[in-house]
Amino acid sequence: MSMVQPSAADTAAETRVTTYRHGVVVRITHWVSVICMTMLLMSGLMIFNAHPALYWGNISDFDHPAFSIGTVRAPDGHFQGQMLLFGHRINTTGVLGLTKAADGQPLDRAFPPWMTIPRYYSLADGRHWHFFFAWLFVLNGLFYLVYSLLSRHVWRDLVPSRGDLRHLPASVVEHARLRFPRGEAARRYNVLQRLSYLVVIFVLIPTIVLAGFAMSPRLDAGFPWLLTLFGGRQSARTVHFIVAWLLVAFALVHVAMVILSGPWNNLRSMITGRYVIKTNGERE
Amino acid sequence: MKRRQLLLAGAGLLSGCDKVVQDPQVRTTLAHTEDITRTVQRLVTGPASLAPEYPAADISPAFKGNGTVDPDDDDYQDLASNHFKDWRLDIGGLVEHPAKLSLDDLRAMPSRTQITRHDCVEGWSCIGKWKGVPLGTLLQQAVLRQGATYIVFHCADRLDESLSSEKYYESIGLEDAFHPQTILAYDMNDQPLSVRHGAPLRLRVERQLGYKMAKYIMRIEAVSSFRHIGGGKGGYWEDLGYAWYAGI
Repeated sequence: MSMVQPSAADTAAETRVTTYRHGVVVRITHWVSVICMTMLLMSGLMIFNAHPALYWGNISDFDHPAFSIGTVRAPDGHFQGQMLLFGHRINTTGVLGLTKAADGQPLDRAFPPWMTIPRYYSLADGRHWHFFFAWLFVLNGLFYLVYSLLSRHVWRDLVPSRGDLRHLPASVVEHARLRFPRGEAARRYNVLQRLSYLVVIFVLIPTIVLAGFAMSPRLDAGFPWLLTLFGGRQSARTVHFIVAWLLVAFALVHVAMVILSGPWNNLRSMITGRYVIKTNGERE
Repeated sequence: MKRRQLLLAGAGLLSGCDKVVQDPQVRTTLAHTEDITRTVQRLVTGPASLAPEYPAADISPAFKGNGTVDPDDDDYQDLASNHFKDWRLDIGGLVEHPAKLSLDDLRAMPSRTQITRHDCVEGWSCIGKWKGVPLGTLLQQAVLRQGATYIVFHCADRLDESLSSEKYYESIGLEDAFHPQTILAYDMNDQPLSVRHGAPLRLRVERQLGYKMAKYIMRIEAVSSFRHIGGGKGGYWEDLGYAWYAGI
């Protein structure tokens, strides 16, 4: 007859504390960004489909793109999708360059319809959607930035402390082993979160916005330094494309981390603000 | 309104969005974005800002010919076969002094030469050297009448019968019309403009995208509104859904 009774210490170890993790501005601007970035990516891929090739410099060297997606005729006479990257040819039939339309017919399209807005080919509509969400994204981002600087959100929650930075190598190992901070340590963003959010907010997003500006002939007239910054309009277009995919990569890792470190808790905290941590009852 | 837009956008994401894209109210809403973009871009860059000009070494070895490259039009072909000696640029509409100018007349006028970048709406860029008459000079001679707000360019080519049966046309506002880099080019890369690139005369509007730069120009018309022309949106591609303001 030896049933183990939960000890007082165990009960204390299981204390659940509800904390307030994300302020209302962060929550709203986060979800507006999610919508905008999704729309911008999909309409952007439609725009890319109008000329699915990238170059470096000011002009297009049509015969020697740095990167392209297209349809080519294979030696056996069949058409195939092909990605060209620095002279390397990769067969992408079925994924990129040549896919199937809804009716099963082969479709000569760089990025397939399920990835684009709209699904049918329309550069005009793709552009309208891209610029609408670009405005919303930039205004939303500026609002977030002003709030974050005035409220000290940036310094309080994002800029890592010396202690955070010292913990960087250990944090990398912990993440690789899928062990995430618990208890009191989970109250604040860990160092990898801080650094990745800072890179996205202060490097990737400003870069992709400025590269977008540099593609505008009118803005180039007003601000020629945009072209200097990227090394030409076609370089800016290439950078815009690369950074878009870096943001996709960030989003994939971000969502994976959300799922692995407690999907409901994380999701709730970004909707209601409340985030539950388990402490050892050692709170003051 | 914002909320409705967001909901529609969200619905678009989930349902494949084509219905939302084609919804007339959504199109109208998105069209307002173009007004904001035009207003803000003009405000921050100023009316006099100049498009970058490049050294001769940067000229594209192969400047892409896009859209129509050889108009399928009997009258045009007759003009071309005689090296455009019988071609006359018709300037009319809301002007005090309508005129018909030959290529020699235009070549005798003060000219501007510029090496500029041509950005296609599709995404590519080429650099070319252009020589021609500033449009502002022609308009000053013709003297715009009260109410003239847009300059319309009527062209010789039909681009794609399957898309539209109307001839190519374009329009620009007066800020661009009197901009020093807005020229009617008759030379390209020190050669008379080829048929491929719009002979005998094409428009250069250096702070906008390529589709604004009409080729094969036959007639210039000053108007107070372009609602009555073609599909009413101010240009061939505009009638097919593209933005009238092509500064981005």
